[in-house]
Amino acid sequence: MKWHFFHPLPEAELSEAVYLNVSVQPEDFDTGHELQQLRAATPEAGALVNFVGLVREISQRGQLSHMLIEHYPGMTEKALQQIAGQAAQRWPLLGVRMIHRVGLLPAQGQIVLVAATSLHRQAAFEACAFMMDYLKTEAPFWKKEVGDFGEHWVEARASDEQAKQQWKLPR
Amino acid sequence: MMKITILYFARIKEVVNYSSEDVVLPEGVETIVALKSWLSDRGDTWQKLFNGSGVVRAAINHELVDDMATFDEGDEVAFFPPVTGG
Repeated sequence: MKWHFFHPLPEAELSEAVYLNVSVQPEDFDTGHELQQLRAATPEAGALVNFVGLVREISQRGQLSHMLIEHYPGMTEKALQQIAGQAAQRWPLLGVRMIHRVGLLPAQGQIVLVAATSLHRQAAFEACAFMMDYLKTEAPFWKKEVGDFGEHWVEARASDEQAKQQWKLPR
Repeated sequence: MMKITILYFARIKEVVNYSSEDVVLPEGVETIVALKSWLSDRGDTWQKLFNGSGVVRAAINHELVDDMATFDEGDEVAFFPPVTGG
């Protein structure tokens, strides 16, 4: 295994050939449109995998009306770039598109999009899972549930950290 | 003496009741662990924040770091709870 995958890489070291597009924004996104753009940017792709995270209506505390997402402007964008770059170093990807929303999002709303293209499906499947596991444990976002119960900061889950650690095991 | 900027986020921002401050540190306070200890001397709220059961993570100039990391004059240090995005 190659440990350098797990350290932040200067942007200059990333392969010029990989299309990486990362956004942090309050606005909603059109997944179909984003996937189409990614396909257009990487026409040689044979596989496109994507994940969309949503605001769950129901939490342990009750019915949610909104999820408030706070972030660390400046660090957030860098962290997502680094995660996409690490995935592109580890798998033969053609392109990556990541969008993470911030601010007050309604229940059932979209929070995050992670998409990857590659020649064959395995790289894109694994890279999307890797990027989500790293995003959940390293990118500086914090969720607060808002609902009929009041407001409550979401606790970090040990299972998310364990999921990330799995990627450090020899494969 | 060294001047740095400290940022606070999420639950920690609510506890300390502001989001950023510039501080001038005495000689010898140049690691995250030393900074936590120096801030803890401000009183109960700070003592509980850094020595209670909740985990406080840190970043220096936008990079996640551990407690032994060192910072320099003019650096931006951030304290925040474990992240919960995605």
